[in-house]
Amino acid sequence: MKFGIVINEGPYTHQSSDSALQFVKAALGKGHEIFRIFFYHDGVNNGTDLGVPPQDDRNLAKEWSELAEKHGLDLVVCIAAAQRRGMLDADEMKRHGKNASNLSKGFRISGLGQLIEAGIQADRLVTFGD
Amino acid sequence: METAEGVVKKFCYMNRKAPYGTIYALESLEVVLIAAAFDQDISLVFADDGVYQLTKDQDTDGIGMKNFSKTYSALGDYDINKIYVEKESLEERGLSVDDLQALTYEDEDDDWAEKNSLFVVGREELTALIDEQDVVLSF
Amino acid sequence: MTMLHTVNKSPFERNTLESCLRLAKKGSAVLLFEDGVIGAMQNTKFSEKVSQAMSDLSFYVLGPDIKARGLSEKKVIDGIKVVDYNDFVDLTAEHNAVQSWL
Repeated sequence: MKFGIVINEGPYTHQSSDSALQFVKAALGKGHEIFRIFFYHDGVNNGTDLGVPPQDDRNLAKEWSELAEKHGLDLVVCIAAAQRRGMLDADEMKRHGKNASNLSKGFRISGLGQLIEAGIQADRLVTFGD
Repeated sequence: METAEGVVKKFCYMNRKAPYGTIYALESLEVVLIAAAFDQDISLVFADDGVYQLTKDQDTDGIGMKNFSKTYSALGDYDINKIYVEKESLEERGLSVDDLQALTYEDEDDDWAEKNSLFVVGREELTALIDEQDVVLSF
Repeated sequence: MTMLHTVNKSPFERNTLESCLRLAKKGSAVLLFEDGVIGAMQNTKFSEKVSQAMSDLSFYVLGPDIKARGLSEKKVIDGIKVVDYNDFVDLTAEHNAVQSWL
């Protein structure tokens, strides 16, 4: 079965990213396909490459990046939500004349249409939020 | 349902939070405006504190935030004309439909006649409506 | 097929469990996870309401979230099934859509 995942909250403050990570690992373990993981609202902050959590804590951005690389996951950060909150990839950095970008490896920035498409294409859309 | 090209799914946008205190109402609206381009069967539901999103006379001058409430009245232009408000949520908050914006659309199948697109529905009707959805997005 | 409803907040903090019970159609399933597991415990002021709802809805609670909060699976309201993440995935697949009460 094809799953779409929506994550609406950032890492650490809320459990939503952790819950989604456990859910996605379980789904992959059962042989399901993850069509896309869409990060919206403060969820876009899961894609920052600049977080430096303590060494004895989990590094959620890194875990998502590694899981994406291993399983070819499509991690999409909403562009409108990301721009408000200061999440930029290299292209967006140039376009807006900023001097830094902060999107982790394995994430890409795209539009809200990607969320709607996930709703259409996936058999189930599961939302994790506050 | 087969997820082939051209499939039309029932999408429900569930709004349960008041505007301005958090960004969910505004960013829900942003999703809905994009979703309108995808030719899916869209319903908007306003329940619990979500009913406050539709109040008329919103004035945000004093809080330094953009008043996005006018956008709801433009939804009809995007062919979004199934907007449901839970009756019990209104009543519990001492509100009536008169406290909400009038939302309408022009029906292209009826010589562009202006028609109501906001429906106050009771709990049972709303329960049935939610249950028949293919995709529920909660904000 | 019926819908799976998820609730991730304590009924002491939010009204999502209440709204879910109000608007979930008879025959649907409800999964309590994250802080939502608090709604699955015995002897709270919400236990009776959840027990009553069990005549119309089937309830599940995520075990790892119970353990993380120092609660005991033995103190879960009778009739609520304790599940793990694999079961969460299965429940999602077995129902025709998921409504997350946020």
